[in-house]
Amino acid sequence: MIRFSHVVKEYPRTGLALQDVTFRVNKGEFAFLTGPSGAGKSTILRLVIVEETPTAGEVRVSGIATTGIARAEIPRLRRRIGVVFQDFRLLEDRTAEENVAFALEVTGSPREGIPARVSRLLTQVGLASKGTSYPKELSGGEQQRVAIARALVNDPVLLVADEPTGNLDDRATRGVFQLLRDINAAGTAVLMATHNLELVKRNAYRVIEINRGQLVFDSVEGSSSSGAASSNTIATP
Amino acid sequence: MRLTFREVMLGVRRSPLLSTLSVVTIAFSLFAFGLFGLLVLNVDRALRGVEEHVEIVAFLADGTLPESISAAMGDISAFPEVARVEQVSPEQALARARAELPEFQDVFDASFLPASIEVRLKEGHRDPATVKEVSQRIQTYPFVDDVRYGEDWVKKLYDIRNIAGAAGIGLGLLFAAVAIIIIGTTIRMTVLARSREISIMRLVGATDSFVRRPFLIDGFFKGIIGGLIALLLTWGTSTLVSHNLIQTSFFDTGTAVLGVLGGGVIGLLGSALSVGRHLRRV
Repeated sequence: MIRFSHVVKEYPRTGLALQDVTFRVNKGEFAFLTGPSGAGKSTILRLVIVEETPTAGEVRVSGIATTGIARAEIPRLRRRIGVVFQDFRLLEDRTAEENVAFALEVTGSPREGIPARVSRLLTQVGLASKGTSYPKELSGGEQQRVAIARALVNDPVLLVADEPTGNLDDRATRGVFQLLRDINAAGTAVLMATHNLELVKRNAYRVIEINRGQLVFDSVEGSSSSGAASSNTIATP
Repeated sequence: MRLTFREVMLGVRRSPLLSTLSVVTIAFSLFAFGLFGLLVLNVDRALRGVEEHVEIVAFLADGTLPESISAAMGDISAFPEVARVEQVSPEQALARARAELPEFQDVFDASFLPASIEVRLKEGHRDPATVKEVSQRIQTYPFVDDVRYGEDWVKKLYDIRNIAGAAGIGLGLLFAAVAIIIIGTTIRMTVLARSREISIMRLVGATDSFVRRPFLIDGFFKGIIGGLIALLLTWGTSTLVSHNLIQTSFFDTGTAVLGVLGGGVIGLLGSALSVGRHLRRV
């Protein structure tokens, strides 16, 4: 699903963001991406959603190498990936329904089928009764559910979540995380960047830890590449 | 397409001030361009008016036979550069001199004024080289005593036209470039105001052309509306000047329509550049 092979990412102004990072996330897998701020988690996510391309090495998403990908191919690839952010990124002047419908409309879904699909997605994320509410009228957890519904519009094979519970209280965090688990259980691979170590410890999912641009721990490999980290020594934010 | 238009209307409704600002900016940029165009148009017409007076006068020897004059006039009329040939008898010359120069009022005899042939040239053949060349050809008739065409005057006039033409093109391009930059910057503000929407569109997999489309339509219509306002302002200014200062000419319908469409194209180009730049960055 995702394959990083000796990936290096260097920015002209800030220098090396990733050094020789190699890992793969399989179809239907759930993986946490952890590490302190500035470690390189967001860079990895940006490489997955093809907002960036690697300086060296290779990133493959859903079998497609992102280096040298034609610009016209990127939207097609992105339709197979759902993305969720910490700040929800909803359009404030549109209702929950309109936010979800917007994603369907701009990707050219047939108009007739959109209302039913939006209703189904909002039901799936537990917001069937809040379709006509604007983001400001919703709690943080509810806004994140709308964002997840939007991420699911194209039936993605992969859901990328960048600190999706970062702005939520414990109860909302549990709810949103359960929703991500349900989505994963239905067959969608999930790569979730998080600072929430409690959440990581409580759930026996794979953990990929990044520090200073390097992969320092991968629970699937069962060992630390630097020899210093373990599942109990995940870097604190 | 329906969705595209809905997005355009939503954009206008959401930021009416910015949309008004865009239209006003386009209108005033094109108004400045229109005023300059009007100036060029009127200077050109004035110079053309003066140019029409470019004339070659061939003075004929006394006693030239009327048949020879007719034959020569026929020949000269057939020159590709020649628009009109006219014979002026000594009597006509005297009458004209009396009308134009009061000191000729007391002259009773036309015999000292020679007969002449006056030759007007077609538009596009009034440059000094052609005038001189046609004059030399006329000079070859044996009964032509002298040929005059105001060599210095024709040369000066031609120089003025050239300078005015070059200045017109140079300043016109400059005005157009400034208009495009100003309009592009204004549209860029619209693009930035909607950057969140653009980033979401791209994240969910909208194609670049889909993202671009509403902005292009928006820019085109704002350009058309701005162009219409600019046309109205230019017409108002032209009418005011005509009533209060000097008679001026205004653009013909074709040019006016082209100007308004030009506004649309500038709006479209400005949008395309701004969105293109934005899409390359995000």
